[in-house]
This record gives sequence, C-alpha cells and structure tokens, in this order.
Amino acid sequence: MTVWFEKQRHLIDFTLASLIRRKGRNLGLLFVYTLLVFVLASVMLYTHALRHEAAVILEGSPEVLLQRLVAGRHDLIPPGYIERIGTVRGVQQIRGRLWGYYYDSVVKANYTFMVPEDGSVAKGTLVVGPALERERGLARDNGISFRAYSGQLFSFTVAAVLPQASELASADLILMNEGDFRAFFAYPAGHYTDVALSVANPKEVRNVANKLANLLPDSRPILREEVQRTYASVFDWREGIMLALLSAAILAFSILAWEKASGLSADEKREIGILKAIGWETGDVIRMKLWEGGLISLTAFLVGFVAAYLHVFRAGSPLFEPVLKGWAVLYPRFDLVPVIDGLQVATLFFFTVFPYMAAVLVPIWRAAVTDPDAVMRA
Amino acid sequence: MSARPSTLAFLLLGSLLAAFAACFTDAVWLRAERGPELVSMRLLAAQLGLSDLALFTEARYTRHPAQADLHSGFQDHPLALEHFPSGSLMVPRYDGLVREATTPD
Repeated sequence: MTVWFEKQRHLIDFTLASLIRRKGRNLGLLFVYTLLVFVLASVMLYTHALRHEAAVILEGSPEVLLQRLVAGRHDLIPPGYIERIGTVRGVQQIRGRLWGYYYDSVVKANYTFMVPEDGSVAKGTLVVGPALERERGLARDNGISFRAYSGQLFSFTVAAVLPQASELASADLILMNEGDFRAFFAYPAGHYTDVALSVANPKEVRNVANKLANLLPDSRPILREEVQRTYASVFDWREGIMLALLSAAILAFSILAWEKASGLSADEKREIGILKAIGWETGDVIRMKLWEGGLISLTAFLVGFVAAYLHVFRAGSPLFEPVLKGWAVLYPRFDLVPVIDGLQVATLFFFTVFPYMAAVLVPIWRAAVTDPDAVMRA
Repeated sequence: MSARPSTLAFLLLGSLLAAFAACFTDAVWLRAERGPELVSMRLLAAQLGLSDLALFTEARYTRHPAQADLHSGFQDHPLALEHFPSGSLMVPRYDGLVREATTPD
C-alpha cells in the first residue's frame, strides 16, 4: 500500500512539474474550465432554490381561483356570482378578491393594489411593499398621492411597510381599504376582481373545478396545483433558456478541451517516447496523464462549484439580476434559501469531470502503446 | 527543504474538498436562518390570497403568470408583439393542463 502510494506521489510530482513547464496554457485552460463550471453551477443552484421557494410560498395560495372571462379577457365578477358558486357541493370558503394594477408615472413602475380580506388597513391609509418603500423613498406615516384612472387625485398615509423578508411575494404590493379601493378604481358596488375559494376535500378540487366550469360557462377556474406547475415550468424554461445561451460557450470549451486533451503536441509525444525509452511502462504513462486530467478537472469543478455557491447564496446572485430584472423598475431583493439537489451536483460533476478525463486518456493510450523510437521520431 | 509538489497538490485539493463540504454545511445553517422568512412569506400568501411571485413586475402577464389570459397571444392589443424582456424568459403558456376543461377557458 505504502509502495503504491509513494509511486502515485512520484507520478503526481512528475505530472505537476510537467504542467508547470507549460503553465500559461494550463492555467488558461483551468481558468476557462472553472468559469464554465461556475456559470453552470450558478444557473443550477439558483433555479433549483427559486423553484423550491416558489413551491413553498405558493402552498399558501388559494386552492381555487375563479376568473370571469369576457371575449377571452379577464372581467369583473358581477353580483350574484358568488352566491351561485356557493351552491356547488364541496365548496367551503368563498371570498371575492379585490386587486388591480396601477402604473405610477413618477417612477415608471407597475404596482399591484390589493384589499386584504381581514380589513386590517384603515381608510385613508396604505401598507406598502418593501421595493416600493425603496424606490419611492416611502416610510411609515409618509403621505403619498396617486392620480386615479378617473383623473381624480387621492391622498393616503403609509401605515406600515411589509417586512423585507417577504419581498419575493410582496415587492410591489400596496394594500388598501376596500372603500378606498372601490373609490380609487371606480369599482361598481358588489363587483369583485376574482373569487378565491377552498374545497372541503382536497381530492375533490378537480371535480369542483369542473362543476364550476359547467355551472358558470364564462368562468375559468385556476387550481393551486396548476399555479405551482406553472411556476415549476417557468423556472425549467428559464434554466433551459440560460443553458441554451450557454451552449455556445460549452461547445467552445469542449472544442478547446478536446483539442488540448486529445491532440498531443510534439513536445508531449517526445516526452512520452523518452519516458518509455528510459523504462516507464505504458500503465505508468497512462496513470500519469490520468492524474494530470484528474487534477485539472477536479480543481476546476471544486473551485467553480464553491464560487457558484457563494455567488448565489451569499452574494445575492448579482450576475443574474440584470437578466431577471428586464425592464421592471420594482425588482425584489431576496436571499434564497439554499436547497442543493445532490443528484444535480453529481450530474454536473459527471458531465464536467469525466469527459475531460476520457479526452485525455485516448490519445495518451495511443501514443503510449506505440514504439518509443517511432513516437520520438514523429 | 521545500515541500514536494504532490504535498502541495494534496493540500490544495484537501482545502477545496473542505470548502465544497462547507458549502453543504453552510446551506444547512442558512436554511435554518432563512427558513422562518419563507414560512412568513407562505403565511402572507395565505393571508392575502397571493397567487404569484413578484419576480417580474413589468407587465401584468409576467407579474401574475398564473392568472394571465390563456388564449390571448398578443395580450395588450392586436399586433402587440412581445416586447418585454422577461417575456422571453417565461413559458409562453401552461404546459398541458391536467384538468379536462369541458368549456372553453
């Protein structure tokens, strides 16, 4: 065992000395390799954590949302609609939701106005989301005015700011009193934006949705399960888009790595010839080159992964922010809860480390089994 | 006497492996620290009946993708081509609704 270990150490010593002789080329390769693992691991960690976060948050969302459609567009729920929903067996709690969008031309941002069901917001006051607090410079007890779609100016006082920790769900929210909401948006009495309802038996949700669609043909039930699936596919899609954009970089790296690993330079061929001529066995040459590939790829993988972890979970993914932000003025600042999928890490390891080692091995084996004299003369 | 290159390589790989393992330990620690925030967000979503994340606030179908019009390709007006950057990062529509809708939705 000790003899074997000592032999491997000598091989590593020799490999490192050989790597250092061509340090510019090898360091360049290591840098690009590390960068590739970093970007791939960042996308993977970010998307997985965000998908998990969405799933947890949306567990609290309404079991069924019912929209009314007119000419394929979302329309208000008229009086009498909620009573008709109440006649469907299995429906438990029904509540009309009041919410809408408002474009603030001052900061050129879209807000989501909403009325909390519990009536916790007093008349004339607002509870604002953390991104709004940041962008409009609002604080508790500040006054703010909005011009309604009717042209009338409404003034409010900020009663509270939602906690920063909830920013991913509430960045652009403005909570207001029902009376204020109806006056501000000129909502007709008894009308609602949509209806949220819960179903007594969770297994019956789909049946209840079908019954609702039959009873109210102009309605569109949206199940929580569908909402969660939408988000899962949003993040899958985004991961796919990112990887598609990265594919050019991956391909470029593959060509570089393949060229570096598979095409032996004249120097390397001569080195192998000399080693064989002074008595190295084919197995030793292969082992030495395996160590070379292993050391480079393992270092690149470990450095790339650790850097990606720090980027996503400790630094707040600054590199992804511009991509996700788009043209949105209000963008949530959030710290993701780290959820690392072991299988994904293993897949990344397999697809970044093994191909390189395989690419190293084949030409070396070909050169190592050839007659040393022929290799040196080539 | 200077250290052998293999010793340095082992030390480097050892520290990198330790840093790799530390990521998982740190993840557990951060989960414990940030977990309550996630729970409070879930409670807020339940309390207010929120159905979407505030990730993209630029257009209504990116702010509330779960509630966007299902069959309106150009949601703002006819010939309004997709012009919001986040539109290219979002799925165009739901992937295969499991529910068999008997009426148009």
